[in-house]
Amino acid sequence: MNAAGFPLLSLLTFLPLAGAIFILTLKGEDKVVADNARWAALWTSLIVFALSLILWFRFDKTDPGFQFVERLDWLTDFGISYHMGVDGISVLFVLLSTLLTPICVLASWDAIQTRVREYMVAFLVLETMMVGMFAALDFIVFYVFFEGVLIPMFLIIGVWGGKRRVYASFKFFLYTLLGSVLMLLAILLLWYRAGTTDIPALFQHAIPPAVQTWIFLAFFASFAVKVPMWPFHTWLPDAHVEAPTAGSVILAGVLLKMGAYGFLRFSLPLLPHASADFAPAIYVLSIVAVVYTSLVALAQEDMKKLIAYSSVAHMGIVTLGIFTFNVQGLSGALFTMLSHGVVSGALFLCVGVLYDRVHSREIARYGGVAKIMPSYAVIFMLFTMASVGLPGLAGFPGELLVIVAAWKVNPTVAFGAALGMILGAAYMLYLYKRVAFGRITKDDLRGLLDMSPREHLVFAPLILLAIWMGVSPQTFLSFFEASVTALVVRHEAALGAARLAGM
Amino acid sequence: MNWILALPELVLALSGLAILGIGVLPKRNTHFACAMAAVGAFLLAAALAIGAPEGSAFGGQIVSDAFTRFAKVLILIGAAAGVVLSLDYNAREGLDRFEYPVLLVFATLGMLVMVSANDLMSLYIGLELLSLSLYVVAAFNRDDERSAEAGLKYFVLGALASGLLLYGSSLTYGFTGTTNFDRIADALSDPSKASSGLVVGMVFVIVGLAFKVSAVPFHMWTPDVYEGAPTPVTAFFAAAPKVAAIGLFARVLGGPFGDLAGQWQQVIVLISLLSMVLGAFAAIGQSNIKRLMAYSSIGHVGYALVGLAAASEAGMRGLLVYMAIYLLMNLGAFAVLVAMRRQGRAVERVEDLAGLARTDLSMAVWMAIFMFSMAGIPPLAGFFGKMFVFKAAIDAGLWTLAIVGVLSSVVSAFYYLRIVKVMFFDEPAGALDPRPASVSFVMAASGVFTTLFFLYPAPLVAAAQAAVAALLG
Repeated sequence: MNAAGFPLLSLLTFLPLAGAIFILTLKGEDKVVADNARWAALWTSLIVFALSLILWFRFDKTDPGFQFVERLDWLTDFGISYHMGVDGISVLFVLLSTLLTPICVLASWDAIQTRVREYMVAFLVLETMMVGMFAALDFIVFYVFFEGVLIPMFLIIGVWGGKRRVYASFKFFLYTLLGSVLMLLAILLLWYRAGTTDIPALFQHAIPPAVQTWIFLAFFASFAVKVPMWPFHTWLPDAHVEAPTAGSVILAGVLLKMGAYGFLRFSLPLLPHASADFAPAIYVLSIVAVVYTSLVALAQEDMKKLIAYSSVAHMGIVTLGIFTFNVQGLSGALFTMLSHGVVSGALFLCVGVLYDRVHSREIARYGGVAKIMPSYAVIFMLFTMASVGLPGLAGFPGELLVIVAAWKVNPTVAFGAALGMILGAAYMLYLYKRVAFGRITKDDLRGLLDMSPREHLVFAPLILLAIWMGVSPQTFLSFFEASVTALVVRHEAALGAARLAGM
Repeated sequence: MNWILALPELVLALSGLAILGIGVLPKRNTHFACAMAAVGAFLLAAALAIGAPEGSAFGGQIVSDAFTRFAKVLILIGAAAGVVLSLDYNAREGLDRFEYPVLLVFATLGMLVMVSANDLMSLYIGLELLSLSLYVVAAFNRDDERSAEAGLKYFVLGALASGLLLYGSSLTYGFTGTTNFDRIADALSDPSKASSGLVVGMVFVIVGLAFKVSAVPFHMWTPDVYEGAPTPVTAFFAAAPKVAAIGLFARVLGGPFGDLAGQWQQVIVLISLLSMVLGAFAAIGQSNIKRLMAYSSIGHVGYALVGLAAASEAGMRGLLVYMAIYLLMNLGAFAVLVAMRRQGRAVERVEDLAGLARTDLSMAVWMAIFMFSMAGIPPLAGFFGKMFVFKAAIDAGLWTLAIVGVLSSVVSAFYYLRIVKVMFFDEPAGALDPRPASVSFVMAASGVFTTLFFLYPAPLVAAAQAAVAALLG
């Protein structure tokens, strides 16, 4: 059995689903159902979060292998089993998912007034898919959760989104599906070659370099769209702009991490040669993403679009870090993923706070908000600084590690990444200046109320995390140290063995 | 002579005659009683099929093994659900005549004979019994021009297909000297000796069968017939006969022509490719949901044939798993189509579903589940069907087929999503009439299967595995 003494990961995965089914059975007047659905969703997600804290306390940081492992027969004759477990790479993402879901439920408390029941069901199903995806240790099970995310997210964008929601939801769905089906073929090929889809077993299975190239490309098709890497990022601004606030939070906070997680979990350990071969190309794409999308962000008129482009830039740092193949780079990438999950989620919530009051995301519509909503301005400032990478806040340690790692590989690449940080400061501060400072030119803004207690409650855990991650990064880095070191050692061994064989 | 092996068929034949008698004699309307009797006969036949011993009978004309058991159970489930779906619809449309269940019983009998056929003769008899019954039910709404047109079109093209099949059979008989499947297989045990005349005969047989499963380029009748026939009839067409025809395809190509795999594989690859691509693109522009489902079914046949094209045990297994899943989720989707009535009139445009999520959430959720499943999105059942056939294609090195297949599944996702969009994102176009319990039952049963298949897929896969083992000997 596992460290928890009971199937913890399955419980974390399927408890939200049970909550969703419960909510579907609610009956009565619309208003009563909506209220009950909100409370049921909040309690379900809070209980899941409380349970997931067991992972935080009981996770053995010195063990690089999989923990809390569960295994059940599923399609045993075909080498597929229901296999769950977490290692240092995935454990914090499970926690990130379980943390962000109650925050999203709380953030949608008043913002969503139509079809509340269905909304809460979609969010709980989404939580099931996210947790299951990070905990899956079988490739087919992973794929099931990875793709299953599309269904609730499609509905969230399409039903509760903005004006162009139909276009955005279709683009999101079809774009991601197109990448994923190619990955499915690669999974089927791996399954055929190894006779199993069990991930730890696949790690032991050597793949000839020529085949690795094809599998890498297929994985790349899926993960690069999901990350998203430039030039496959065009679905992201649309999806972010049209999605409701909480949808954007989950999209930026967790769904974008799925692609980078895929690179870390599959491309690197399974395909060391192809990963090494393609690394220069990834560097180029990452640097272009960092610099180009930062420039694009600078020109945005829409707050959500600006933050969406900044996400692409930050994810560029992540992919750069992953493909440096050294401990700093991988740790930095993982740390950036976590901090971006917290910070960009919070930034979307900040936009949501204004949007709920004024119903506009246009930057020019605001100005001087700091005078009217001082407490909001402080919080927005904090997350702007965290996003910029101010030392002492969440954004800094990860980016620093990635730049150091990139310097070891190639100083030019490190220069590109650093340039991205400077541009990042430019567009974020420019955004903050236009929204928060200046004279109040719009009269209707004067009547805005500052944040309500509920909104403070939504931001409180994120503020805490943003500072905690900045002040004491080691608390978080210690989780993935062992796993990342093991991954790097394995990667170098695989390349070294091939080099020896070549001589 | 071991007539016990043909017990399910005998039961169906006798109950068909009995129901005909019950229907004719009384003065009052006996549609409901006849329909219930038909469902009972299907269930009894299914129970007998499950318990049927193995062997061959009637001078090798028919055979009973794990494969026939698998196919028969599926066919009977599909047929029973088809009758249940028609109950309320036929009564409201004035089609509640007792001939309807009788014709479906005989069609189903034809299907059972088809899948247990072990000889080109019994194959043809079963196929014709099926086809003739279907021609009549397609035109069952005889006062409606579209229904009559559908029946006539189906008859003309179906007769052509039967002719081609017969011609192919006669060539096969001419070159091998036998119509028995086992004997044909013996004659072909050395593929290099197979004459080109025999190959031509086999290709004609394939063409005839491709007509019946509506694979491209022999699909032209499908959209018109699906659109014109009354909706429950379309539901029936898309379910059981498709499984029977695909099963027959597997039997003929895997059994007697199994050693000529190198010859037929390329033909199947081609029609599978064309079906997937056409099914994906042609459905995009459709506004009539029955027509859309017709193209969707053409696409699904393409995916199923990917398994056949692999010409391997894994491929046949994928084919059978795919057809089982397709049958069950398709019944649910058609239950929704049957339930589409507004102010007493059947409606069949995609827009008529607009805003269904506001007016009837549970039906909208089921339909969305069927659509996502047909698009192959996990964790729904449709994904696993696709997974097994594409796995077989990759094992066999058919990369073109696999890549075109998954790409066309992305294209087809577009129109499945469109239906979800219409139901969930658009403003309501007015509520649909309350749906009858019989339709809700089929919808819910199919929906539960589609949603929960992932929990316990092993039994279905194991049954398909046993069926394939029997098929390929």
